[in-house]
Amino acid sequence: MADYKAVKVTGNVWWVGAVDWHLREFHGYRTSRGSTYNAFLVIDEKITLIDTVKAPFFEEMRSRIASVIDPEKIDYIVSNHAEMDHSGSLVRAMQEFKAEKLFCSMQGEKALRAHFHDALPELTVVKTADSIELGKNSLTFVETKMLHWPDSMISYLSGEKVLFSQDAFGMHLAGSGRFADEYCDALLYEEARKYFANILLLQSAKITDLLNTLPTLNLDIDFVAPDHGPIWRNGDHNKILSLYSEFAAQKPEKRAVVLFDTMWHSTEAMAGAIAEGLIEAGLPTEVISLHSCERSEAITRIMSAGVLAIGTPTINNNMYPSLGDMLVYMRGLKPKIAVGGAFGSFGWSGEGAKQIAEALTAMQIEQPLPPMVNKYVPDDAALENCRIWGKNLAEKLLEKINN
Amino acid sequence: MKKYVCDVCGYIYDPVAGDPDSGVKPNTAWEDVPASWVCPDCGASKNDFSEKN
Repeated sequence: MADYKAVKVTGNVWWVGAVDWHLREFHGYRTSRGSTYNAFLVIDEKITLIDTVKAPFFEEMRSRIASVIDPEKIDYIVSNHAEMDHSGSLVRAMQEFKAEKLFCSMQGEKALRAHFHDALPELTVVKTADSIELGKNSLTFVETKMLHWPDSMISYLSGEKVLFSQDAFGMHLAGSGRFADEYCDALLYEEARKYFANILLLQSAKITDLLNTLPTLNLDIDFVAPDHGPIWRNGDHNKILSLYSEFAAQKPEKRAVVLFDTMWHSTEAMAGAIAEGLIEAGLPTEVISLHSCERSEAITRIMSAGVLAIGTPTINNNMYPSLGDMLVYMRGLKPKIAVGGAFGSFGWSGEGAKQIAEALTAMQIEQPLPPMVNKYVPDDAALENCRIWGKNLAEKLLEKINN
Repeated sequence: MKKYVCDVCGYIYDPVAGDPDSGVKPNTAWEDVPASWVCPDCGASKNDFSEKN
């Protein structure tokens, strides 16, 4: 194996994680640009490793650590998050590095025990505001339950002024640059937005609470070091904090998404006409076919859309299966949408669009208009009705926003 | 006796079952669950629960 080098974050803090260049699927999330598993080494009187990496990347992490110190000199390991992309190397790291203590939250103890069972050594449980002295620095813990797992916590290193934020403020982005200022803002925005939409959207209210609580903790932050993607330095973290504030608010944006799948292009034709109506009414509009766009890309665009129109054909008395997949994903992530609508082509029974309408209602997405349906292939008159339906949906949003 | 649902993670407190692992005996009404009790799944406090419809 090649020798891997640690990258200095600041002073005595080093990035010792791994780059997963080829990852394209992360529990149903299409990671088009791969990812990183960030682990951090703090060199102090008590040498501390913050989080680890996915199990197959253990050797890469060890090699990076060894470029700075003998890994057996590690005294403490902190588990900020029990998910296996960060805890997968914990047991091996504890054994091979002969670390003295492993710190985690109360829920972290339960979760890690339920993952690794008897292989896990004794744990030291910490709670919000607890600190451990490392020497020149101290490490203070803040539990962030359900952001995004029960065990999640963040750790703040005084002295070096680094906030280790685990999955919060991260993104799936493989690259050789360890810092956000090595990437263009548009790329950071796109990947941060995708990460939020797929991982954190459900917990938007908790994110808002955390963003309101952070300033009251009086942490002097120079660096925010998440467990995935680039590290924020030189005040750059204010960019991601303000983006999170915007994403979590889920204020309806003045734009529309038309999402559909199709069997014989009839629902597709309806989608096109509906989009024309939305555009005519002045809304920037995206048309997304689930034939060419998968769920994690779709939810990223759906997040905060003012209008969401969903179309399906009816097949075997049901909506098209790709829509079922998408709606299950949406039901979990609970995007807030101001105006919804269901549409679709059918041959005889026509349950599809009704099922979409019911699913939107169950997600508390208001539908001011009845579903727009059409038997078999839409003719010019039917397409004109679709255009008007789309235009009316846009007007409903504009009324809502302007009131 | 009414069930309560954790707004944070979706855990449902069923008074018939109680939460014996955390010292809440079966047949304990929500009102009698100690204020210090936390959600066994996510650690949220009693205040983070709402009555289940």
